[in-house]
Amino acid sequence: MRITCPLCGERDRREFYYVGDAVALRRPSPDAGEAAWDDYIHNRDNPAGDTQDLWQHEAGCGAWVVVDRNTVTHAVNNVTLAAKVTR
Amino acid sequence: MVKLIEKTPCAGLLPRSIGLMTLAEDAYPAMTSIAPYQGQSRQVSAALKSTFGVGFPSPNRSLLSDRVRITWIGQGAAMICGEAPPTLTGAAVTDQSDAWAVVRLTGKGAEDVLARLVPVDLRRPQFRSNHTARTLLGHMHVSITRIDAKTFEIMAMRSMAQTLVHELSQAMENVAARG
Ligand SMILES: [Zn+2]
Repeated sequence: MRITCPLCGERDRREFYYVGDAVALRRPSPDAGEAAWDDYIHNRDNPAGDTQDLWQHEAGCGAWVVVDRNTVTHAVNNVTLAAKVTR
Repeated sequence: MVKLIEKTPCAGLLPRSIGLMTLAEDAYPAMTSIAPYQGQSRQVSAALKSTFGVGFPSPNRSLLSDRVRITWIGQGAAMICGEAPPTLTGAAVTDQSDAWAVVRLTGKGAEDVLARLVPVDLRRPQFRSNHTARTLLGHMHVSITRIDAKTFEIMAMRSMAQTLVHELSQAMENVAARG
């Protein structure tokens, strides 16, 4: 598996650390209520298909990246800098 | 106070010549990492340029002036090697002198040595002089910069100096054995 870091270019997967669902970029507001916070902290989809994860280019530039990939085909469709995601 | 004797990170380990290649230490008198705060990159780069003649490097590039080499070392960060920078407002500035082992691998076969250890294609023409990469050498996090057609500069954390020299020497022996 290869991931194209927006800064460094195409790199081997071993340079990256898998963090988890990109839900971490969509933190609810403090007063969003119990249901929203329960969902944010505990509930994750387990899709057969397109998914969006956070990875870190830990053995490279150190950037956090959002990886759009497909769990069925293993295709990596898009990679963006987490710093560029508007929250 | 006891007079302490300063040792460079690779003291007693280098230089080594194997085959047509040489591995030597290149200890900079000063190394300083700089990371401009949000919105300050342009101002910091201008300050560097007026002092050293070169500004903040773009990703995957290293800039050389007659006084310093400034190498991109990651997202929003660069290492000034050679001289300490002037007082910089608008950036996180950290003295990293003595914290890094810096070596130069030179000679015919240097690319083949790195090809055995590094998961990035460092051959020319895609990796030319003053191109740089943050990547792995074995299991070590390193910064690799091409100095010229047959020379690479490799920086690793000082605590890894012995492993760095071991890994490179082993690969140099293996490449040299192939003739
Ligand atoms: Zn990167």
